Amino acid sequence: MSESVSAAPVAEVAATGLPAGPAAASAPRRRNDIFYYGLRNRKLLFGLGLELLLVLVAVIGPYLAKNPPMQITPFPLQHPGSRFWLGTDITGYDLYSQLTSGLRESYLVGALGAGCAALVGMALGFIAGWRGGLLDEVLQLITNIIVMIPSLVLLVVIGSYLSSKSILFEGVFIGLTTWPWVARAVRAQTFSLRSREYVDLARLSGKRAVSIILREIAPNMASYLFLVVILLFGSSMLLAASYDFLGLGPTNVASLGWTMNQANANAALNYHLWWWFIPPGAMLALMVFALLIANVGLDEIFNPKLRDQ
Amino acid sequence: MQRYLTRKLITYVLAFFAGVTIDWAIPHLMPGDPIQGLIARFNVGSSAAYSALYANFSKAFGLNVPLWQQYLNFWHGVLTGDMGGSIYAPGATVTSLVFSAMPYTLALLVPATLLSYSLGNRLGAAAARRKLLDNSVLPFGYALQSIPYPWLALVIPYLLGSVWHLFPTAYGYDQGLVPTFDWTFIASLLDHWFLPFLTVFLVTLGGWAIGMRNLVIYELENDSSRYLRALGASERVVRGYAYRNASLPQLSGLALQLGVVIGGNTVTEIAFNYPGLGSLIFKAISNQDFFLLQGIFIFIVLGVLIANFIIDLVFVAVDPRTRLSMQGAAA
Repeated sequence: MSESVSAAPVAEVAATGLPAGPAAASAPRRRNDIFYYGLRNRKLLFGLGLELLLVLVAVIGPYLAKNPPMQITPFPLQHPGSRFWLGTDITGYDLYSQLTSGLRESYLVGALGAGCAALVGMALGFIAGWRGGLLDEVLQLITNIIVMIPSLVLLVVIGSYLSSKSILFEGVFIGLTTWPWVARAVRAQTFSLRSREYVDLARLSGKRAVSIILREIAPNMASYLFLVVILLFGSSMLLAASYDFLGLGPTNVASLGWTMNQANANAALNYHLWWWFIPPGAMLALMVFALLIANVGLDEIFNPKLRDQ
Repeated sequence: MQRYLTRKLITYVLAFFAGVTIDWAIPHLMPGDPIQGLIARFNVGSSAAYSALYANFSKAFGLNVPLWQQYLNFWHGVLTGDMGGSIYAPGATVTSLVFSAMPYTLALLVPATLLSYSLGNRLGAAAARRKLLDNSVLPFGYALQSIPYPWLALVIPYLLGSVWHLFPTAYGYDQGLVPTFDWTFIASLLDHWFLPFLTVFLVTLGGWAIGMRNLVIYELENDSSRYLRALGASERVVRGYAYRNASLPQLSGLALQLGVVIGGNTVTEIAFNYPGLGSLIFKAISNQDFFLLQGIFIFIVLGVLIANFIIDLVFVAVDPRTRLSMQGAAA
């Protein structure tokens, strides 16, 4: 069903089961639906499979490493081979070991960042979009201030105030500086949804604001919200790599960004030491890519409108 | 309309006030004494000379007065554009350093952002609900969106520079040249500009395309689109309306992305050793030059605010509901 349905809009409404409200289908049937479509959605299976594989590498990989990630071996600049699977860098670090523990660190930071951002952003976005008026103005002001403060400079200042930085710190910092992304998206959607008829109806029927937001407004943007949170998980990992690349990341932790920082600082490009900087970035790109593809699949499953063809 | 804009302006003035205050307060929390660091460069032997120098520099940088007066002086400096001298480059003022770096950053940031935003939106809108295009745009977009900034900033110069020798991989222009307005210099500028531009452009392109594609699909399934089709409107018209509706979240996304784009720009500039604000931030960090950091901070804040205001103006032009609701006409 696509462009050609213009002649029969009524039939299509029936076929797609318009998001007429939460009471559209009974719970058990919906759950079966999700499993039915979930097992047949190639995007979800591909994304999820790849992501699980990468998680497995992150969990098991470090145990197979012959050297700890931050241990200097007496063999600098080794090509990838049987002794060092991904070679060594100019100092003599085992790059396979650094890569696998870097994967772990990335997942951790991503989860922490996305979790914090989603929590803060959704709460403030719903409140601002629903209430409007002065409260909205104040929350918008706070959001604007957070957005316009270059988080990188903020990280520099706070970071140098602490004697050492942890992964927890980096994740929470990322969450607390990226929530405006969620808040603005939620606010804008709430803003446009709150004047729709079914919301007016719910309001007239005397429902409380919290229940209208949770029952009438949130479900209508749930897929969009889910998309936003998954995107945040990925972008938190990417952001952390940028911070680590600039040397602002956790101290004494081998992260993917830090490996790339070392490669850049030691002119690995000019000496064609490709095994130093290609694998960490490519791995991270794969991690985020799998996440995004799985997310598209999930989106099609939860959102019947997208479940075309 | 006018009331809406006045309110927005007041918001931005308040935001600027808060930004300047935070900017003033935060660097004072930084550990380390910048003046000690400065004097350490001169290898002063006797303690009498040391304390004389210390007093002199304290006075020169305005650190010998009470905190509240430092705050007021800071505001005076911000409003008159006089942000004091730099520590990392003695003799140069912060404003002059920022202004000499800014053209490079703007030349990267503005074309890359505008181009990737408009091209990404168009690609995404075209791909929505068109099987063939969607199957190529979507994976391509997701692949671009997954690539970490630092990696692209290493791989692009590695391939196009170190391996194929097409473009230079570092600096803003050929270091053997003296900046003048002649064709050799301009050609060198463009030559060095292309790879960092490509990096910033590519990384954001995928996100816009995917965002737009999803939003247009959502809009095409909307009641308003169904109604339009029922009226017999052509698919082109329906898509036109869907595009306009979908631009709203994309626009507020653009305002939010500015900070991310600036961060990515910083990474790119540092990887390419490109002489913009990003590299300047990095130099300020490694030299604990908080005057310079403060100055850059103010300029970035100002830039983001101006960009936000422009986006607000566009928002008013695109979304009539904003105008109504802001005036209290809607329920």
